[in-house]
Amino acid sequence: MSKSVLLVGTRKGLFVLESGDRRDWSVRGPYCESWPIYQAVLDAESGTIYAAAASEWFGSAIWRSADLGETWEHSSEGIGYPEEDGGLKLSKVSSVMPAHGRLLVGAESAGLFESTDGGKTFSLVTTFEGQEGREAWNDPAQQPPGHLGLSAIIPHPEERDRFWIIVQGYSLFETTDGGKTWTPRNKGLRRDWPADYEEIGFCVHKVAPAADFERMYQQNHVGMHRSDDAGQTWTEITEGLPTDFGFAAATHPHDRDTFYVIPLDGGHGRTMPDGHAAVWRTRDAGSSWQQLDNGLPTDDAYVGVLREGMAFDDHDEPGLYFGTSTGQLFGSTDEGESWSQVGGLFPGITSVTVATVE
Amino acid sequence: MAEVHLPPVLLPLFQGLPRELAVEAGTVLEAIDRLDERWPGFRDRLVEPGPALRPHINVYVDRERGGLETELGTASRVDVIAAISGG
Repeated sequence: MSKSVLLVGTRKGLFVLESGDRRDWSVRGPYCESWPIYQAVLDAESGTIYAAAASEWFGSAIWRSADLGETWEHSSEGIGYPEEDGGLKLSKVSSVMPAHGRLLVGAESAGLFESTDGGKTFSLVTTFEGQEGREAWNDPAQQPPGHLGLSAIIPHPEERDRFWIIVQGYSLFETTDGGKTWTPRNKGLRRDWPADYEEIGFCVHKVAPAADFERMYQQNHVGMHRSDDAGQTWTEITEGLPTDFGFAAATHPHDRDTFYVIPLDGGHGRTMPDGHAAVWRTRDAGSSWQQLDNGLPTDDAYVGVLREGMAFDDHDEPGLYFGTSTGQLFGSTDEGESWSQVGGLFPGITSVTVATVE
Repeated sequence: MAEVHLPPVLLPLFQGLPRELAVEAGTVLEAIDRLDERWPGFRDRLVEPGPALRPHINVYVDRERGGLETELGTASRVDVIAAISGG
């Protein structure tokens, strides 16, 4: 019998939630010795959980568990920058993504690593030498708060050497040759600030592809956007949303026109607008939006949701889950029409992913 | 043999790593490297590229503040301390 496994990464370790019916959930954890988790994923191919974590005391490591969290190992062998590489310092691993038999890891300063032995050892793929803006995005004084560097890795489901990455505060990039060369993919995005660079300098928070990977949605620092050509061009679709700011976003796994986002106040609070928690949905690719709040706290709910804080499962009637930066986890199994709280009260949630396990 | 005392928060990261153990080494860094041979990855947890001690890790040799290059006597006591910080 299959079960759903929710991986809830928090500022104080990783929690593993399991359910056979997506109503009653058991909670295990915290794992990874309560290190801050930046992203945790279950590799469907190997059945291994990988977590990108960084401790203030002990540095960064990729944690792995081959038995759904019962036992853990960690490694940072090879995760670091050579002395001669312009003095780049690695402050944290901020993203981890298994794809096509290898494990990709993103870091700050912005760099991409890979492991071909299941997370035991790593090698540097690139630090984006020669890329316009590299000096700025590796300068902590010119980075947005959080200092995530390479904040997301989005692998193409079929093409092994094709994937997208986000450099926090600067750009979405695409590679089609496994990371040797990169093309900025920001055409059509809005930016409400002076441009230091022509092709980069766009604050990409989250990119959520549809299953076909031609349709993509993007929550940007300024505006919600849609692409119908795999990120080559973008069109703004903010109209109808309460704000143009947010982090978390998720595309329906079976319907490319249906997409969910959690708008937040665009000031420095970055919490639910007017303290009213809601997820917003479009069923027509962004032409119109519906506010979904049944079961969510709608008064005095000044909570935020971070960029990896929302995820779909792969059921025919997919479940959607999101976790707040103050530790509440919510789920819906009816396309967002109703919500209920899942699990207990967690430390601040940084990452939510979900998988179905046989 | 130097006597190395490790912080409790480090122990769960490596199976079988004891709180106290004896190590044959001429410097603090050598002692860390000896332990890395027995528990691969140990060095990465305490030392960052440079090499340098990680910012919130302190080492005392015979009760005095030391560093990676601090020399060890045959009966030195090495205390590795994880700073009391965080929230």
